Amino acid sequence: MIEVKGLRKSFAGKTIINGVDVQLHPGMCNLIIGTSGSGKSVFIKCLVGLFQPDSGHIIYDGKDFTAMSVPEKKEIRKEIGMLFQGSALFSSMTVEENLVFPLDMFTNWDRKKKLDRVNEVLKRVNLEDANKKYPAELSGGMMKRVGIARAIVLNPKYLFVDEPNSGLDPQTSGLIDQLIKEITLEYNITTVVVTHDMNSVMEIGDHIVYLYQGQKEWEGNNKEIIFSKNDLLNDFIFASEFLRDVKDMRMLEETGKIANDRDMAKLTGEHAPTLVPPPEK
Amino acid sequence: MLEKFVAPVGSYFLMLKDMFSKPENMKMYWKEFMHQCSEIGIGSLGIVSIISVFMGAVSTVQTAYQLTNPLIPPETIAQVVRDTVILEFAPTLVCIVLAGVVGSKIAGELGNMRVSEQIDALEIMGINTKAYLVMPKIAAALVVIPMLVVLSAALGIWGGRLAGTASGIISGDQFDKGLLAGFVPYNAFFALVKGYTFAFLISSIPAYFGYNVKGGALEIGRASTRSVVVSCIAILFADYILAALLLKK
Repeated sequence: MIEVKGLRKSFAGKTIINGVDVQLHPGMCNLIIGTSGSGKSVFIKCLVGLFQPDSGHIIYDGKDFTAMSVPEKKEIRKEIGMLFQGSALFSSMTVEENLVFPLDMFTNWDRKKKLDRVNEVLKRVNLEDANKKYPAELSGGMMKRVGIARAIVLNPKYLFVDEPNSGLDPQTSGLIDQLIKEITLEYNITTVVVTHDMNSVMEIGDHIVYLYQGQKEWEGNNKEIIFSKNDLLNDFIFASEFLRDVKDMRMLEETGKIANDRDMAKLTGEHAPTLVPPPEK
Repeated sequence: MLEKFVAPVGSYFLMLKDMFSKPENMKMYWKEFMHQCSEIGIGSLGIVSIISVFMGAVSTVQTAYQLTNPLIPPETIAQVVRDTVILEFAPTLVCIVLAGVVGSKIAGELGNMRVSEQIDALEIMGINTKAYLVMPKIAAALVVIPMLVVLSAALGIWGGRLAGTASGIISGDQFDKGLLAGFVPYNAFFALVKGYTFAFLISSIPAYFGYNVKGGALEIGRASTRSVVVSCIAILFADYILAALLLKK
Protein backbone atom coordinates (compact mmCIF):
# COMPACT_ATOMS: atom_id res chain seq x y z
CA MET A 1 0.00 0.00 0.00
CA ILE A 2 1.09 3.57 -0.65
CA GLU A 3 0.12 6.21 1.89
CA VAL A 4 0.34 9.88 1.04
CA LYS A 5 0.23 12.32 3.95
CA GLY A 6 0.00 16.10 3.60
CA LEU A 7 1.77 16.20 0.25
CA ARG A 8 2.66 19.70 -0.98
CA LYS A 9 4.54 20.81 -4.06
CA SER A 10 5.06 24.28 -5.53
CA PHE A 11 6.85 25.60 -8.59
CA ALA A 12 8.13 29.19 -8.63
CA GLY A 13 5.83 30.14 -5.78
CA LYS A 14 2.74 28.56 -7.38
CA THR A 15 1.21 25.76 -5.33
CA ILE A 16 0.42 22.74 -7.51
CA ILE A 17 -0.26 20.10 -4.86
CA ASN A 18 -1.74 21.46 -1.66
CA GLY A 19 -1.84 19.01 1.23
CA VAL A 20 -3.14 15.79 -0.32
CA ASP A 21 -3.81 12.81 2.00
CA VAL A 22 -4.71 9.52 0.38
CA GLN A 23 -4.19 5.76 0.65
CA LEU A 24 -3.56 3.77 -2.53
CA HIS A 25 -4.48 0.13 -2.16
CA PRO A 26 -2.84 -3.06 -3.53
CA GLY A 27 -4.71 -5.25 -6.00
CA MET A 28 -6.72 -2.25 -7.12
CA CYS A 29 -6.63 0.31 -9.89
CA ASN A 30 -6.29 3.59 -8.02
CA LEU A 31 -7.28 6.40 -10.38
CA ILE A 32 -6.16 9.99 -9.95
CA ILE A 33 -8.54 12.10 -11.99
CA GLY A 34 -8.99 15.79 -12.55
CA THR A 35 -9.02 18.50 -15.16
CA SER A 36 -5.87 19.59 -16.98
CA GLY A 37 -3.71 21.60 -14.58
CA SER A 38 -5.23 20.06 -11.47
CA GLY A 39 -1.86 18.60 -10.44
CA LYS A 40 -2.35 14.92 -11.40
CA SER A 41 0.95 14.51 -13.25
CA VAL A 42 2.89 16.42 -10.58
CA PHE A 43 1.25 14.19 -7.96
CA ILE A 44 2.32 10.95 -9.68
CA LYS A 45 5.83 12.35 -10.32
CA CYS A 46 6.13 13.13 -6.61
CA LEU A 47 5.02 9.57 -5.82
CA VAL A 48 7.75 8.01 -7.95
CA GLY A 49 10.39 10.51 -6.84
CA LEU A 50 10.87 12.44 -10.08
CA PHE A 51 9.86 15.54 -8.11
CA GLN A 52 10.90 16.16 -4.53
CA PRO A 53 7.83 17.27 -2.50
CA ASP A 54 8.08 20.51 -0.49
CA SER A 55 6.51 18.75 2.50
CA GLY A 56 4.49 15.68 3.40
CA HIS A 57 5.21 11.98 3.38
CA ILE A 58 4.95 9.21 0.80
CA ILE A 59 5.00 5.83 2.51
CA TYR A 60 5.56 2.61 0.55
CA ASP A 61 4.46 -0.34 2.70
CA GLY A 62 5.49 1.42 5.90
CA LYS A 63 8.75 2.87 4.52
CA ASP A 64 8.88 6.65 4.23
CA PHE A 65 10.08 7.32 0.67
CA THR A 66 10.51 11.06 1.27
CA ALA A 67 12.94 10.48 4.15
CA MET A 68 15.08 7.92 2.32
CA SER A 69 18.64 8.35 1.11
CA VAL A 70 19.37 8.09 -2.63
CA PRO A 71 20.52 4.41 -2.44
CA GLU A 72 17.39 3.51 -0.41
CA LYS A 73 15.19 5.25 -2.98
CA LYS A 74 16.92 3.28 -5.73
CA GLU A 75 15.96 0.06 -3.95
CA ILE A 76 12.28 1.11 -3.81
CA ARG A 77 12.41 2.13 -7.45
CA LYS A 78 13.40 -1.40 -8.41
CA GLU A 79 9.91 -2.37 -7.23
CA ILE A 80 8.25 0.31 -9.34
CA GLY A 81 7.11 0.00 -12.95
CA MET A 82 5.84 2.97 -14.87
CA LEU A 83 4.08 3.51 -18.15
CA PHE A 84 4.64 7.05 -19.43
CA GLN A 85 2.19 9.12 -21.45
CA GLY A 86 4.37 8.82 -24.57
CA SER A 87 5.45 5.26 -23.63
CA ALA A 88 9.12 6.45 -23.29
CA LEU A 89 10.50 3.43 -25.14
CA PHE A 90 14.19 3.61 -26.03
CA SER A 91 13.94 4.53 -29.69
CA SER A 92 17.30 3.07 -30.71
CA MET A 93 16.43 -0.36 -29.32
CA THR A 94 14.07 -3.05 -30.58
CA VAL A 95 11.10 -4.10 -28.50
CA GLU A 96 13.07 -7.09 -27.23
CA GLU A 97 16.07 -4.93 -26.32
CA ASN A 98 13.77 -2.47 -24.53
CA LEU A 99 12.48 -5.31 -22.38
CA VAL A 100 15.83 -7.02 -21.86
CA PHE A 101 17.41 -3.74 -20.71
CA PRO A 102 16.02 -3.74 -17.12
CA LEU A 103 16.80 -7.46 -16.84
CA ASP A 104 20.39 -6.86 -18.00
CA MET A 105 20.75 -4.03 -15.51
CA PHE A 106 19.26 -5.66 -12.43
CA THR A 107 19.48 -9.45 -12.77
CA ASN A 108 22.21 -12.01 -13.20
CA TRP A 109 20.01 -14.28 -15.27
CA ASP A 110 21.42 -16.05 -18.31
CA ARG A 111 20.41 -14.94 -21.80
CA LYS A 112 17.84 -17.73 -22.25
CA LYS A 113 16.06 -16.94 -18.99
CA LYS A 114 15.90 -13.25 -19.91
CA LEU A 115 14.46 -13.99 -23.34
CA ASP A 116 11.93 -16.39 -21.83
CA ARG A 117 10.78 -13.66 -19.46
CA VAL A 118 10.58 -11.14 -22.32
CA ASN A 119 8.49 -13.53 -24.40
CA GLU A 120 6.27 -14.25 -21.40
CA VAL A 121 5.43 -10.58 -20.80
CA LEU A 122 5.06 -9.87 -24.52
CA LYS A 123 2.59 -12.75 -24.70
CA ARG A 124 0.79 -11.28 -21.69
CA VAL A 125 0.25 -8.00 -23.56
CA ASN A 126 -0.65 -9.84 -26.80
CA LEU A 127 2.45 -8.80 -28.73
CA GLU A 128 4.11 -12.17 -29.40
CA ASP A 129 5.55 -11.21 -32.80
CA ALA A 130 6.90 -7.76 -32.03
CA ASN A 131 10.32 -8.73 -30.62
CA LYS A 132 12.43 -7.42 -33.48
CA LYS A 133 10.43 -4.29 -34.24
CA TYR A 134 11.61 -0.78 -33.40
CA PRO A 135 9.30 1.63 -31.53
CA ALA A 136 8.96 3.73 -34.70
CA GLU A 137 7.37 0.71 -36.41
CA LEU A 138 4.66 0.31 -33.76
CA SER A 139 1.21 1.88 -33.50
CA GLY A 140 0.29 4.00 -30.47
CA GLY A 141 -1.59 1.12 -28.83
CA MET A 142 1.27 -1.30 -29.44
CA MET A 143 3.74 1.18 -27.93
CA LYS A 144 1.58 1.43 -24.82
CA ARG A 145 1.47 -2.34 -24.56
CA VAL A 146 5.27 -2.59 -24.92
CA GLY A 147 5.50 0.14 -22.25
CA ILE A 148 3.31 -1.96 -19.96
CA ALA A 149 5.39 -5.06 -20.73
CA ARG A 150 8.60 -3.19 -19.83
CA ALA A 151 6.98 -1.87 -16.65
CA ILE A 152 6.07 -5.36 -15.45
CA VAL A 153 9.10 -7.29 -16.69
CA LEU A 154 10.81 -7.09 -13.28
CA ASN A 155 7.62 -8.09 -11.41
CA PRO A 156 7.03 -4.73 -9.71
CA LYS A 157 4.97 -4.24 -6.56
CA TYR A 158 3.76 -0.84 -7.73
CA LEU A 159 2.65 0.17 -11.21
CA PHE A 160 2.24 3.83 -12.18
CA VAL A 161 0.46 4.75 -15.37
CA ASP A 162 0.37 8.29 -16.74
CA GLU A 163 -2.52 9.00 -19.13
CA PRO A 164 -2.71 5.49 -20.65
CA ASN A 165 -5.35 6.48 -23.20
CA SER A 166 -3.91 9.69 -24.58
CA GLY A 167 -3.80 9.57 -28.37
CA LEU A 168 -5.62 6.24 -28.62
CA ASP A 169 -8.95 5.42 -30.24
CA PRO A 170 -11.77 4.36 -27.84
CA GLN A 171 -11.49 0.68 -28.76
CA THR A 172 -7.74 0.51 -28.16
CA SER A 173 -8.18 2.58 -24.99
CA GLY A 174 -10.61 -0.04 -23.73
CA LEU A 175 -8.10 -2.82 -24.43
CA ILE A 176 -5.32 -0.94 -22.59
CA ASP A 177 -7.65 -0.32 -19.62
CA GLN A 178 -8.59 -3.99 -19.56
CA LEU A 179 -4.93 -5.00 -19.67
CA ILE A 180 -4.05 -2.69 -16.77
CA LYS A 181 -6.95 -4.08 -14.76
CA GLU A 182 -6.04 -7.72 -15.47
CA ILE A 183 -2.37 -7.20 -14.65
CA THR A 184 -3.25 -5.44 -11.39
CA LEU A 185 -5.38 -8.38 -10.26
CA GLU A 186 -3.04 -11.07 -11.61
CA TYR A 187 0.11 -9.72 -9.91
CA ASN A 188 -1.75 -8.13 -6.96
CA ILE A 189 0.12 -4.87 -7.47
CA THR A 190 -0.74 -1.36 -6.35
CA THR A 191 -1.64 0.38 -9.59
CA VAL A 192 -1.93 4.16 -9.77
CA VAL A 193 -3.41 5.57 -12.97
CA VAL A 194 -3.54 9.25 -13.82
CA THR A 195 -6.32 9.94 -16.30
CA HIS A 196 -9.11 12.26 -17.30
CA ASP A 197 -10.76 9.68 -19.50
CA MET A 198 -14.26 8.92 -18.22
CA ASN A 199 -14.35 5.54 -19.96
CA SER A 200 -11.31 4.49 -17.90
CA VAL A 201 -12.93 5.86 -14.77
CA MET A 202 -16.02 3.75 -15.29
CA GLU A 203 -14.12 0.66 -16.52
CA ILE A 204 -11.28 0.29 -14.05
CA GLY A 205 -11.85 2.81 -11.26
CA ASP A 206 -11.75 0.54 -8.19
CA HIS A 207 -10.61 3.53 -6.17
CA ILE A 208 -10.86 7.07 -7.50
CA VAL A 209 -9.35 10.27 -6.18
CA TYR A 210 -10.54 13.51 -7.75
CA LEU A 211 -8.01 16.34 -7.57
CA TYR A 212 -9.15 19.93 -7.96
CA GLN A 213 -6.62 22.77 -7.90
CA GLY A 214 -4.09 20.57 -6.15
CA GLN A 215 -6.43 19.34 -3.42
CA LYS A 216 -8.32 16.10 -2.93
CA GLU A 217 -11.91 17.05 -3.65
CA TRP A 218 -13.56 13.63 -3.68
CA GLU A 219 -12.69 9.97 -3.11
CA GLY A 220 -14.72 6.88 -3.96
CA ASN A 221 -15.12 4.24 -6.67
CA ASN A 222 -16.69 3.86 -10.10
CA LYS A 223 -20.01 2.77 -8.63
CA GLU A 224 -20.28 5.83 -6.42
CA ILE A 225 -18.88 8.49 -8.73
CA ILE A 226 -21.96 8.83 -10.87
CA PHE A 227 -24.13 9.45 -7.82
CA SER A 228 -21.79 11.96 -6.23
CA LYS A 229 -23.30 15.16 -4.87
CA ASN A 230 -20.02 17.04 -5.25
CA ASP A 231 -20.65 19.90 -7.69
CA LEU A 232 -17.02 20.26 -8.75
CA LEU A 233 -16.78 16.54 -9.49
CA ASN A 234 -20.11 16.61 -11.33
CA ASP A 235 -18.89 19.48 -13.49
CA PHE A 236 -15.90 17.32 -14.42
CA ILE A 237 -17.60 13.98 -15.06
CA PHE A 238 -20.73 15.34 -16.71
CA ALA A 239 -18.84 17.67 -19.01
CA SER A 240 -19.75 15.66 -22.14
CA GLU A 241 -23.13 15.82 -23.89
CA PHE A 242 -23.69 12.09 -23.45
CA LEU A 243 -22.94 12.09 -19.76
CA ARG A 244 -25.16 15.13 -19.25
CA ASP A 245 -27.98 12.93 -20.52
CA VAL A 246 -27.00 10.35 -17.94
CA LYS A 247 -27.02 13.03 -15.28
CA ASP A 248 -30.51 14.17 -16.31
CA MET A 249 -31.61 10.55 -16.23
CA ARG A 250 -30.20 10.14 -12.74
CA MET A 251 -32.03 13.21 -11.54
CA LEU A 252 -35.25 11.94 -13.07
CA GLU A 253 -34.74 8.61 -11.35
CA GLU A 254 -34.09 10.30 -8.05
CA THR A 255 -37.33 12.24 -8.35
CA GLY A 256 -39.23 9.09 -9.31
CA LYS A 257 -39.81 10.24 -12.87
CA ILE A 258 -38.03 7.33 -14.55
CA ALA A 259 -39.08 3.76 -15.19
CA ASN A 260 -38.19 1.63 -12.19
CA ASP A 261 -36.82 -1.25 -14.22
CA ARG A 262 -34.12 0.87 -15.82
CA ASP A 263 -30.73 -0.38 -14.80
CA MET A 264 -28.32 2.54 -14.25
CA ALA A 265 -25.41 0.39 -15.39
CA LYS A 266 -26.94 0.31 -18.86
CA LEU A 267 -26.75 4.06 -19.02
CA THR A 268 -23.03 3.91 -19.60
CA GLY A 269 -23.44 1.21 -22.26
CA GLU A 270 -23.05 1.65 -25.99
CA HIS A 271 -26.44 3.28 -26.68
CA ALA A 272 -27.39 6.74 -25.59
CA PRO A 273 -30.21 6.65 -23.05
CA THR A 274 -33.73 7.52 -24.04
CA LEU A 275 -35.69 9.42 -21.49
CA VAL A 276 -38.94 7.78 -20.45
CA PRO A 277 -41.66 10.38 -20.16
CA PRO A 278 -43.21 10.70 -16.72
CA PRO A 279 -46.62 8.98 -16.32
CA GLU A 280 -49.57 11.22 -17.03
CA LYS A 281 -51.59 12.30 -14.03
CA MET B 1 22.28 38.93 -14.76
CA LEU B 2 24.95 37.40 -12.53
CA GLU B 3 22.53 34.69 -11.39
CA LYS B 4 21.78 33.84 -15.02
CA PHE B 5 25.45 33.02 -15.50
CA VAL B 6 26.32 31.57 -12.10
CA ALA B 7 23.30 29.23 -11.72
CA PRO B 8 24.04 27.15 -14.88
CA VAL B 9 27.72 26.94 -13.92
CA GLY B 10 26.75 25.64 -10.48
CA SER B 11 24.27 23.24 -12.00
CA TYR B 12 26.97 22.01 -14.44
CA PHE B 13 29.37 21.22 -11.60
CA LEU B 14 26.59 19.52 -9.62
CA MET B 15 25.88 17.31 -12.62
CA LEU B 16 29.56 16.37 -12.77
CA LYS B 17 29.55 15.58 -9.05
CA ASP B 18 26.41 13.42 -9.32
CA MET B 19 28.01 11.32 -12.06
CA PHE B 20 30.19 9.60 -9.53
CA SER B 21 28.19 6.81 -7.93
CA LYS B 22 28.48 3.06 -7.76
CA PRO B 23 27.33 1.61 -11.10
CA GLU B 24 24.18 -0.52 -10.91
CA ASN B 25 25.79 -3.03 -13.28
CA MET B 26 29.41 -2.55 -14.36
CA LYS B 27 28.93 -4.68 -17.48
CA MET B 28 26.19 -2.40 -18.77
CA TYR B 29 28.30 0.71 -18.09
CA TRP B 30 31.24 -0.85 -19.94
CA LYS B 31 28.96 -1.69 -22.87
CA GLU B 32 27.74 1.92 -22.98
CA PHE B 33 31.34 3.21 -22.73
CA MET B 34 32.43 1.06 -25.69
CA HIS B 35 29.38 2.15 -27.65
CA GLN B 36 30.27 5.80 -27.06
CA CYS B 37 33.92 5.19 -28.01
CA SER B 38 32.69 3.84 -31.31
CA GLU B 39 30.16 6.66 -31.80
CA ILE B 40 32.62 9.45 -31.02
CA GLY B 41 35.75 7.87 -32.47
CA ILE B 42 34.64 5.96 -35.55
CA GLY B 43 31.87 8.48 -36.19
CA SER B 44 34.34 11.38 -36.42
CA LEU B 45 37.13 9.57 -38.20
CA GLY B 46 36.10 10.67 -41.70
CA ILE B 47 35.74 14.38 -41.00
CA VAL B 48 38.91 14.49 -38.87
CA SER B 49 40.94 12.79 -41.63
CA ILE B 50 39.71 15.10 -44.37
CA ILE B 51 40.25 18.26 -42.33
CA SER B 52 43.71 17.18 -41.19
CA VAL B 53 45.06 16.36 -44.65
CA PHE B 54 43.85 19.65 -46.14
CA MET B 55 44.98 21.62 -43.10
CA GLY B 56 48.53 20.29 -43.54
CA ALA B 57 48.46 20.82 -47.29
CA VAL B 58 47.33 24.44 -46.97
CA SER B 59 49.94 25.07 -44.27
CA THR B 60 52.73 23.90 -46.58
CA VAL B 61 51.57 25.98 -49.53
CA GLN B 62 51.03 29.14 -47.45
CA THR B 63 54.31 28.79 -45.54
CA ALA B 64 56.22 28.38 -48.83
CA TYR B 65 54.43 31.46 -50.18
CA GLN B 66 55.62 33.53 -47.23
CA LEU B 67 59.21 32.24 -47.13
CA THR B 68 60.59 34.14 -50.08
CA ASN B 69 64.11 34.69 -48.76
CA PRO B 70 66.50 32.39 -50.71
CA LEU B 71 68.71 32.14 -47.60
CA ILE B 72 66.05 30.22 -45.72
CA PRO B 73 66.37 26.51 -46.52
CA PRO B 74 63.24 24.72 -47.82
CA GLU B 75 63.43 22.32 -44.82
CA THR B 76 62.13 25.22 -42.72
CA ILE B 77 58.73 24.77 -44.40
CA ALA B 78 58.49 21.27 -42.95
CA GLN B 79 59.53 22.54 -39.51
CA VAL B 80 56.90 25.28 -39.56
CA VAL B 81 54.18 22.91 -40.78
CA ARG B 82 55.12 20.30 -38.14
CA ASP B 83 55.03 22.74 -35.24
CA THR B 84 51.90 24.54 -36.41
CA VAL B 85 50.02 21.29 -36.89
CA ILE B 86 51.17 19.76 -33.59
CA LEU B 87 50.83 22.86 -31.44
CA GLU B 88 47.62 24.36 -32.76
CA PHE B 89 45.87 22.85 -35.75
CA ALA B 90 45.57 19.23 -34.66
CA PRO B 91 44.36 19.85 -31.11
CA THR B 92 42.46 23.13 -31.42
CA LEU B 93 41.04 23.21 -34.92
CA VAL B 94 40.06 19.54 -34.86
CA CYS B 95 38.46 19.91 -31.43
CA ILE B 96 36.45 22.92 -32.58
CA VAL B 97 35.15 20.82 -35.46
CA LEU B 98 34.48 17.96 -33.03
CA ALA B 99 32.58 20.35 -30.77
CA GLY B 100 30.16 20.73 -33.67
CA VAL B 101 30.08 17.09 -34.72
CA VAL B 102 30.20 15.30 -31.37
CA GLY B 103 28.78 18.10 -29.21
CA SER B 104 25.60 18.58 -31.19
CA LYS B 105 25.12 14.80 -31.29
CA ILE B 106 25.47 14.46 -27.51
CA ALA B 107 23.17 17.42 -26.81
CA GLY B 108 20.61 16.20 -29.35
CA GLU B 109 20.63 12.62 -28.07
CA LEU B 110 20.25 13.55 -24.41
CA GLY B 111 17.76 16.32 -25.20
CA ASN B 112 15.58 13.92 -27.13
CA MET B 113 15.79 11.37 -24.33
CA ARG B 114 14.79 14.06 -21.83
CA VAL B 115 11.83 15.36 -23.86
CA SER B 116 10.50 11.87 -24.67
CA GLU B 117 10.72 10.92 -20.96
CA GLN B 118 13.32 8.20 -21.62
CA ILE B 119 15.57 9.70 -18.93
CA ASP B 120 12.63 9.64 -16.50
CA ALA B 121 12.01 6.00 -17.43
CA LEU B 122 15.62 5.15 -16.56
CA GLU B 123 15.34 7.08 -13.27
CA ILE B 124 12.19 5.14 -12.35
CA MET B 125 14.07 1.89 -12.96
CA GLY B 126 16.51 3.02 -10.25
CA ILE B 127 19.37 3.97 -12.58
CA ASN B 128 21.56 7.02 -11.89
CA THR B 129 21.05 8.62 -15.31
CA LYS B 130 23.90 11.09 -14.89
CA ALA B 131 26.25 8.21 -14.23
CA TYR B 132 24.83 5.94 -16.94
CA LEU B 133 24.26 8.49 -19.71
CA VAL B 134 26.80 11.28 -19.12
CA MET B 135 29.80 9.56 -17.54
CA PRO B 136 30.44 7.03 -20.40
CA LYS B 137 30.27 9.86 -22.94
CA ILE B 138 32.88 11.93 -21.09
CA ALA B 139 35.09 8.89 -20.44
CA ALA B 140 34.86 7.82 -24.10
CA ALA B 141 35.70 11.33 -25.27
CA LEU B 142 38.72 11.41 -22.95
CA VAL B 143 39.97 8.17 -24.47
CA VAL B 144 39.13 8.72 -28.12
CA ILE B 145 39.62 12.43 -28.78
CA PRO B 146 43.33 12.53 -27.84
CA MET B 147 43.76 9.59 -30.23
CA LEU B 148 42.03 11.61 -32.92
CA VAL B 149 44.36 14.53 -32.16
CA VAL B 150 47.41 12.29 -32.64
CA LEU B 151 45.94 10.90 -35.85
CA SER B 152 45.12 14.40 -37.03
CA ALA B 153 48.70 15.57 -36.41
CA ALA B 154 50.09 12.63 -38.37
CA LEU B 155 47.66 13.11 -41.25
CA GLY B 156 48.24 16.88 -41.24
CA ILE B 157 52.00 16.44 -41.61
CA TRP B 158 51.47 13.79 -44.28
CA GLY B 159 49.06 16.10 -46.12
CA GLY B 160 51.69 18.86 -45.95
CA ARG B 161 54.35 16.57 -47.39
CA LEU B 162 52.00 15.41 -50.12
CA ALA B 163 51.07 18.96 -51.12
CA GLY B 164 54.72 20.11 -50.97
CA THR B 165 56.04 17.33 -53.18
CA ALA B 166 53.07 17.36 -55.56
CA SER B 167 53.38 21.09 -56.22
CA GLY B 168 57.19 21.01 -56.39
CA ILE B 169 57.64 23.34 -53.41
CA ILE B 170 59.84 20.90 -51.54
CA SER B 171 61.17 17.42 -52.19
CA GLY B 172 60.21 14.46 -50.01
CA ASP B 173 63.73 14.13 -48.62
CA GLN B 174 63.95 17.81 -47.74
CA PHE B 175 60.57 17.64 -46.01
CA ASP B 176 61.60 14.56 -43.98
CA LYS B 177 64.87 16.22 -43.03
CA GLY B 178 63.00 19.33 -41.89
CA LEU B 179 60.56 17.23 -39.86
CA LEU B 180 63.37 15.71 -37.80
CA ALA B 181 65.30 18.95 -37.35
CA GLY B 182 64.82 20.65 -33.99
CA PHE B 183 61.85 18.54 -32.92
CA VAL B 184 60.74 19.35 -29.37
CA PRO B 185 58.94 16.35 -27.80
CA TYR B 186 57.34 18.71 -25.24
CA ASN B 187 55.17 20.09 -28.06
CA ALA B 188 53.58 16.67 -28.51
CA PHE B 189 52.94 16.50 -24.76
CA PHE B 190 51.39 19.98 -24.91
CA ALA B 191 49.14 18.88 -27.78
CA LEU B 192 47.96 15.90 -25.75
CA VAL B 193 47.23 18.08 -22.70
CA LYS B 194 45.11 20.25 -24.97
CA GLY B 195 43.45 17.17 -26.42
CA TYR B 196 42.40 15.87 -22.99
CA THR B 197 41.20 19.29 -21.83
CA PHE B 198 39.17 19.94 -24.97
CA ALA B 199 37.78 16.37 -24.94
CA PHE B 200 36.36 17.01 -21.49
CA LEU B 201 34.81 20.31 -22.57
CA ILE B 202 33.43 18.91 -25.85
CA SER B 203 31.62 16.08 -24.05
CA SER B 204 30.56 17.59 -20.72
CA ILE B 205 29.18 20.95 -21.90
CA PRO B 206 26.81 19.48 -24.54
CA ALA B 207 25.85 16.73 -22.07
CA TYR B 208 24.82 19.44 -19.58
CA PHE B 209 22.76 21.32 -22.16
CA GLY B 210 21.12 18.15 -23.50
CA TYR B 211 20.40 16.65 -20.10
CA ASN B 212 18.62 19.79 -18.90
CA VAL B 213 16.44 20.48 -21.95
CA LYS B 214 12.90 21.54 -21.12
CA GLY B 215 10.24 21.72 -23.81
CA GLY B 216 10.11 20.09 -27.24
CA ALA B 217 11.87 19.76 -30.57
CA LEU B 218 12.60 23.48 -30.86
CA GLU B 219 14.30 23.53 -27.46
CA ILE B 220 16.41 20.49 -28.39
CA GLY B 221 17.68 22.39 -31.44
CA ARG B 222 18.37 25.49 -29.37
CA ALA B 223 20.20 23.48 -26.70
CA SER B 224 22.26 21.79 -29.38
CA THR B 225 23.28 25.10 -30.97
CA ARG B 226 23.99 26.73 -27.60
CA SER B 227 26.09 23.77 -26.51
CA VAL B 228 28.27 24.05 -29.64
CA VAL B 229 28.71 27.81 -29.20
CA VAL B 230 29.59 27.51 -25.50
CA SER B 231 31.93 24.56 -26.17
CA CYS B 232 33.80 26.52 -28.88
CA ILE B 233 34.20 29.54 -26.62
CA ALA B 234 35.36 27.29 -23.77
CA ILE B 235 37.90 25.61 -26.09
CA LEU B 236 39.34 28.94 -27.22
CA PHE B 237 39.48 30.21 -23.65
CA ALA B 238 41.15 27.01 -22.42
CA ASP B 239 43.53 27.15 -25.40
CA TYR B 240 44.77 30.54 -24.31
CA ILE B 241 45.05 29.56 -20.64
CA LEU B 242 47.01 26.39 -21.48
CA ALA B 243 49.32 28.24 -23.83
CA ALA B 244 49.94 30.94 -21.24
CA LEU B 245 50.60 28.37 -18.52
CA LEU B 246 52.51 25.67 -20.37
CA LEU B 247 54.46 27.52 -23.05
CA LYS B 248 56.23 30.01 -20.81
CA LYS B 249 59.93 30.31 -21.61
